[in-house]
Amino acid sequence: MKFHDLTIQEMRQKLISGELTSVELTQACLERIKATDDRLNAFITVCEEEALTAAAAADQQLAAGNAMLLTGIPVAVKDIFNTLDVRTTCGSKILDNYISPYDATAIVKLREQGAIIVGKLNMDEFAMGSSNENSAAGAVHNPWDTERVPGGSSGGSAAAVAAGQVVAALGTDTGGSVRQPASHCGVVGLKPTYGRVSRYGVVAFASSLDQVGPLAGNVEDCALMLGVVAGYDPADSTSVDCPVPDYLENLKEGVAGKKIGLPKEYFIDGLDSDIKQAVAAAIETYHQLGAEIVEVSLPHTDYSVASYYLIAMAEASSNLARFDGVRFGIRQDAGEGLIGMYQQTRTAGFGDEVKRRIMLGTYALSSGYYDAYYLKAQKVRTLIRQDFHDVFEQVDLLLTPVAPTPAFKIGAMVNNPLQMYLSDIFTIPTNLAGTCAMSLPCGFSGEGLPIGLQLIGKPFAEAEMLQAAYAFEQATDWNKRVPEL
Amino acid sequence: MNSRYEVVIGLEVHVQLTTKTKIFCGCSTEFGQSPNSQTCPVCLGLPGALPVLNRQVVEDGIKAGLATNCQIAPRSIFARKNYFYPDLPKGYQISQFELPICEHGWMDIETEELGQKRVGITRIHMEEDAGKLLHNEDNSSSVDLNRACTPLLEVVSEPDMRSSEEAIAYLKQLHQIVVYLGICDGNLEEGSFRCDANVSIRPWGQKELGTRSELKNLNSFRFIKQAIEYEVERQIDVIDEGGKVVQETRLFDPDAGVSRSMRSKEEAHDYRYFPDPDLLPLQISEDWIEQVRRQLPELPEAKIVRFQDEMGLPAYDAGVLAAERRLAEYFEVLVQLYNKPKICSNWVMGEVLGALKEKNLEIVDCPVSPELLAGILLRIDDNTISGKIAKIVFEEIWQSGKTADQVIEEKGMKQVSDTGAIEVIVDEVLAANPGQVAEYRAGKEKMMGFFVGQVMKASKGKVNPGMANQLLKKKLSE
Repeated sequence: MKFHDLTIQEMRQKLISGELTSVELTQACLERIKATDDRLNAFITVCEEEALTAAAAADQQLAAGNAMLLTGIPVAVKDIFNTLDVRTTCGSKILDNYISPYDATAIVKLREQGAIIVGKLNMDEFAMGSSNENSAAGAVHNPWDTERVPGGSSGGSAAAVAAGQVVAALGTDTGGSVRQPASHCGVVGLKPTYGRVSRYGVVAFASSLDQVGPLAGNVEDCALMLGVVAGYDPADSTSVDCPVPDYLENLKEGVAGKKIGLPKEYFIDGLDSDIKQAVAAAIETYHQLGAEIVEVSLPHTDYSVASYYLIAMAEASSNLARFDGVRFGIRQDAGEGLIGMYQQTRTAGFGDEVKRRIMLGTYALSSGYYDAYYLKAQKVRTLIRQDFHDVFEQVDLLLTPVAPTPAFKIGAMVNNPLQMYLSDIFTIPTNLAGTCAMSLPCGFSGEGLPIGLQLIGKPFAEAEMLQAAYAFEQATDWNKRVPEL
Repeated sequence: MNSRYEVVIGLEVHVQLTTKTKIFCGCSTEFGQSPNSQTCPVCLGLPGALPVLNRQVVEDGIKAGLATNCQIAPRSIFARKNYFYPDLPKGYQISQFELPICEHGWMDIETEELGQKRVGITRIHMEEDAGKLLHNEDNSSSVDLNRACTPLLEVVSEPDMRSSEEAIAYLKQLHQIVVYLGICDGNLEEGSFRCDANVSIRPWGQKELGTRSELKNLNSFRFIKQAIEYEVERQIDVIDEGGKVVQETRLFDPDAGVSRSMRSKEEAHDYRYFPDPDLLPLQISEDWIEQVRRQLPELPEAKIVRFQDEMGLPAYDAGVLAAERRLAEYFEVLVQLYNKPKICSNWVMGEVLGALKEKNLEIVDCPVSPELLAGILLRIDDNTISGKIAKIVFEEIWQSGKTADQVIEEKGMKQVSDTGAIEVIVDEVLAANPGQVAEYRAGKEKMMGFFVGQVMKASKGKVNPGMANQLLKKKLSE
């Protein structure tokens, strides 16, 4: 049965009407994964048995007329979310055998709405990377061109949705890790405002920047997924106690009369010409939809990559200290005492990029360097946040490219980490500022690779941002194209 | 006091709080449970788990700050102290570094040598404790994380103390305060009140501080005193031999009475403190502080003054009774039931504390409650029993838990105040001792004591001694 061109809402209707059962849908989804994942490597763990058991239970709920928002619908999550009974590896060797004794809050919420979790998606190790090449489970391949990267770090999530393996997925976005792979794979990906979605149970990379975000084939499904996972969680002190609107309710409101800003610092010379054209066309579309387009400035943009990597690596160096082989994970112990055990465990357990970031972060926090690096970076962060605050006094939304280039070839940047870091330039500032942003398909390159458009919204104004995205999606058909696999 | 060197001591005290649950999760803090039975993803440091601050810990921190004259910070920050150790599950300890909850406080201490003196309190901060390592016989170690994430206050003094006596006076007073506040059980042996001492010496008159060493593992007031005195002598010896004191951490071995170097400054950890991004800055409003201030119990200093001014107790009595919160509470309940403070004080300091000491019990375990004790005192007042019998009644109550009236009734201890009955006994005594009667009548009035004693003996102490005295006088002058 072919189902992978259905949206969540279409699946839901068919499930409720009885045209389709969750077991059928889940089986089809598992078959699609089996048929395509040898080429994509999007999944680290497929939980067939658990999924089919849950699907059977969902069918009973559906039969009893108890359909929640996602009852019986198969989805998948990045392998950074702790899930009961199914291993959570974070794309790392060090957690190869790790099974969490608890579910992350976002997982609890998915389950409460009846979602069927069919598996755990590939990712850059501990979410560190922009290409999904840094995974102990191997690189993920872009469904549009399997020689290319899907982007990262939620590369598995983006590839799985683009390939129709699942209708929607959860990822995490610390510096663009939902939006950039969504852009490279031609799907919709959203990074909510910091504090909108609980981080409880999400393995931390950089705690002050990490945020859970949905990926889906269209804006409406993305909005639905956001509504499911959003909300205050007393278990996450940084989650914000502010009401969650119904993101679907006013989705069709349009953008007429809205002011959209184009930050001039984001339209730079090095920008790929296909991307430049696609974004220019998108701007024109918005203009025709009745939005007012103005140029604005985010003057501290240039400093964002440097300050982001200092803060993210500093936090990561501390967050990853708990992977010490003492309580869980793979322990390496050649009998050379405690320090030896630490060294062997972490040397064998972590990949190169993770080690690089731990070392850089440790350095940035060290006595004598703290003021020059970490503290300075925090001050710059305050300025960047102020930039956004100021610009949102003038406009309702910002519109920018997501990435400076379309998906590159696997291996192309492996030896140039700095170049890789710089490719996050358009997505990083919103994480530093804590505001919301999303990526949606806005065209294709000459080589047939998807190009993403970034919308950046005011803090906690995801609803308004989704309305603008929906209007664009209705006016174009970029999201209707699917890769041939 | 050394004639050549001035001793400079600063103290860091870890006060383990008695909150029911841990500082960043809901696990119980109960002592002595089976290893790792009181843990959850948060205090085990499992991937993805996040801390949530226990509000009670903040209130306890405010209490400690108010009781030691600190300023309570309207905004304070939790920081991560990063280091690797198997008893530290996250690889960092959540503590406070810049912007602690309390700063700029002081306490007045008193020593016999120097009288009253003010010691500055630099800061008080909140932090989580680590777990415990248990070393097995086969040379491996096991980790028990029940204690991980239990709340601590670290109280850091200024280097204001100049002798081990002052250091002990400061510690005893701080100990008294935290126990009084009800935020710490004060048990030194179980580690609920742990002290590190920073000790240095300098020639008299020199302004700059000498190089200090930090003494660790001090879990009794006696060891602290020993350790400081040993360290002062050691530093003097080093300097006298032409050496230089090096900055280091030293571990005190109470069995050997010496300290040994644990690590030098060069080997010291770089803790890479930075604000914990998982916890928001802690905001404390004026209202909250006032609310906590209203809950503060009366502190010993104020109690001592009130016991003297309002109850007319001597300073000594006031000091003894106010030393422990539970004892003071016992005393005050007693005074409410029997409003003669000095008599209450005599009984509490005499019978009650004496019996507790003999049985090695705490005041909370005293089998004679203030209510039962007041019952005895009222029976003395109404002449039912004599003071001497009362002490026997006290012992009976201690054993049986019965009321004074029950004991007096059952044991027939009621004082004889019936003139006729006493007269019979007096007559018997006088008849049995004709020689002494003759002596008395010949002018040896001291013999009266003998006759009273005989009457009491014959009546097994039950005769009202005043009445016996009167009757004897009357009969002997006939």
